[in-house]
Amino acid sequence: MNPLTIGLLALLAVVLLAAVATEKTRKSTVLALRSLWLHKLRSILSMLGIIIGTTSVIALMSIGEGSMHDALEDIKRMGATNIIVRSVKPPEDSSKRSFVALYGLKYDDMADFATIPSINRLVPMRVFPQEVRRGNAKHNSRVVATRPEYSEINQLDLFKGRFLVQDDDFLMRNVCILGSTTASTLFPFQDPLDKDVAIGQFIYVVVGVMKDRMPTGGGGGSQAAEDFNDDIYIPLNTARTRFGETISIRSAGSRSAEKVELHQVTLTVSDIDLVRPTGVIIEEILNNPRKHPRKDWALTVPLDRLEQAEKTKQRYSRDLGLYASISLLVGGIGIMNIMLATVTERTREIGIRRALGAKQRDIVTQFLIEAMVQTGIGGMVGVAIGIGLVFLLPTMGQMPWMIELFGPPGPPPILHQESILWALSTSIGVGVIFGLYPAFRASRLDPIEALRHV
Amino acid sequence: MKSLVESAPEFSTEATPVFPTESPILQVDNLTKVYTLGGNPLTVLRGITLSVKVGDFVALMGPSGSGKSTLLNILGCLDRPTSGSYYLGSEDVSIMSDDQLSDIRCRYLGFIFQQYNLLPQYTVVENIEVPLIYQGVKIDEKTKSRCESLASLVGLGDRLDHRPMQLSGGQQQRVAIARSLANAPSLILADEPTGNLDSSTSIEIMSLLRILNSMGKTIVMVTHENDIAAWSKRILRMRDGQIESDTPNVPIPIPAGLRLIDPNVLINIVGEIGEI
Repeated sequence: MNPLTIGLLALLAVVLLAAVATEKTRKSTVLALRSLWLHKLRSILSMLGIIIGTTSVIALMSIGEGSMHDALEDIKRMGATNIIVRSVKPPEDSSKRSFVALYGLKYDDMADFATIPSINRLVPMRVFPQEVRRGNAKHNSRVVATRPEYSEINQLDLFKGRFLVQDDDFLMRNVCILGSTTASTLFPFQDPLDKDVAIGQFIYVVVGVMKDRMPTGGGGGSQAAEDFNDDIYIPLNTARTRFGETISIRSAGSRSAEKVELHQVTLTVSDIDLVRPTGVIIEEILNNPRKHPRKDWALTVPLDRLEQAEKTKQRYSRDLGLYASISLLVGGIGIMNIMLATVTERTREIGIRRALGAKQRDIVTQFLIEAMVQTGIGGMVGVAIGIGLVFLLPTMGQMPWMIELFGPPGPPPILHQESILWALSTSIGVGVIFGLYPAFRASRLDPIEALRHV
Repeated sequence: MKSLVESAPEFSTEATPVFPTESPILQVDNLTKVYTLGGNPLTVLRGITLSVKVGDFVALMGPSGSGKSTLLNILGCLDRPTSGSYYLGSEDVSIMSDDQLSDIRCRYLGFIFQQYNLLPQYTVVENIEVPLIYQGVKIDEKTKSRCESLASLVGLGDRLDHRPMQLSGGQQQRVAIARSLANAPSLILADEPTGNLDSSTSIEIMSLLRILNSMGKTIVMVTHENDIAAWSKRILRMRDGQIESDTPNVPIPIPAGLRLIDPNVLINIVGEIGEI
């Protein structure tokens, strides 16, 4: 509920209250409803503009909301609520050159992160390349030593078997889950489940196989493209005991070793609005020079993309609302037209009322209320049709002729609730604005002339 | 008890609190009205001086163009004089603003028109209620029963929920009379009240006006028929925007045997609603 919404609600309440506040306005409201009912066809025709206007406001906003929701979900799948902290090998320090590179995030850092209340999930991982063997088959895999939550934050889907469970970690079991490429290389035409693979000197039992997954694009900055299909997942504690903290990496004839406690910690923040502040806190923690004398870490907040999406969403909604408002405006002109005709038609009535003691402002009020009742009812009908459309569209989109006309259905629309309020108050506002002139014209009529009018 | 129409003139006249009995209810002094038609001034009223006492029944007569309707409009606060003064009771109406005039109309005046001028969307009772609404009175059971009683008073107690279209001309005019009584006016202005009615219905309507007059209502009526003017107590003839003659008249009696409503009903109603 933003202030605008509350304001509009208050406006609606005031208008509704005013319509039943005094005897005169109540009578005018009843009379307006009655004359609407009396001239059904004319009322429907004159309200058509408003009806179409509100319908399109709601339908368009909801369709926009639906596709934006879809796009946001897409981004969220990539981890919009995640903050990724990774270890980065600092530039070589020439003064104390050692064989084992020592840098990166510590378990200690992770414990610090865990104290931030907005974080509801921490997934530590060690990532290092290793050769995985099965008989004669070899595959240069990326070993990811992590915890069970990893599959959730990365939206990985299992093909068969299971992912890591808590006990694997506690009991330091030698189990592993294979990425799809790893699996097909080591186990061509075989079911890898319950079979063994060797990583380094140890044997691991395959408990699960992941589904094939599209590699993520390297989305700006330090986040590199990742191909999850070459992965092999093992429990974090298993990796600590089997490999130790120092890991030697053999690649292309050269040999290097590194001592990194954690390669990456992925943090999930409870609310998307808290991502940025949380990122700042993490940065503060890591900037502690006693723990990290050199900058051996990097922080990635995938929120950038999200904010861009949000901006697109706002622009999208605004534009759609604007287009729909044009039809509301046209509807308003229709109402003004019909109100002017009504004033002429009811000149005599105005004269009678004036003779019986109605003041000019009573006449203004009466015709304003009439215009507002018309646009208000038109608005309500439009809202009803709009909501109906929102619920019908997904079904209608599946019909063959619809697909032929408009192509495959897009993401289902989501009812944009604020637009209901917005459309209703706009249509009543249109009634006020376009009813003013006819109402004033009615009130300015000379009572004697008006009484003589046939 | 005798029939209503015979006993009607004997109804006691209770003075309205706003206007003492002996003082004039309206006092017009040297009233003129000039319209501008296509740039040319057109003088319609040339110095009318007139005074009407409480309880009088005045017929304004004259050929068309003599200014009688214009005078009635000014007396009814629908129009303002170009010059001259117009006191209604003790208030100078000629200098009032539009809003104040509206107030005067809805508090002290009742209108009866030739065209009946009922609101077609409203039922009989709702039509009678209209002046009360503009007085700002809260419409509740009390006002509703008052309006129903007024409808019974004019003999339409069984047609409360009819709409004007469903009524005959005479019945519509009776609704209009009931409406003109809704705000308990001091002065009733009638513009050719029988102009659209046949003679027997005219007699009914005039009898009704006579009864109201005998109950203390001051009536000013425009007509061009001598038969109708004969019901009044005073006949004013106008010509060329001036009063040509001003003669007292002995009103013709209400025809015997004409029973508008049961007198007992009338007495009950008057007792019930107090001032009409």
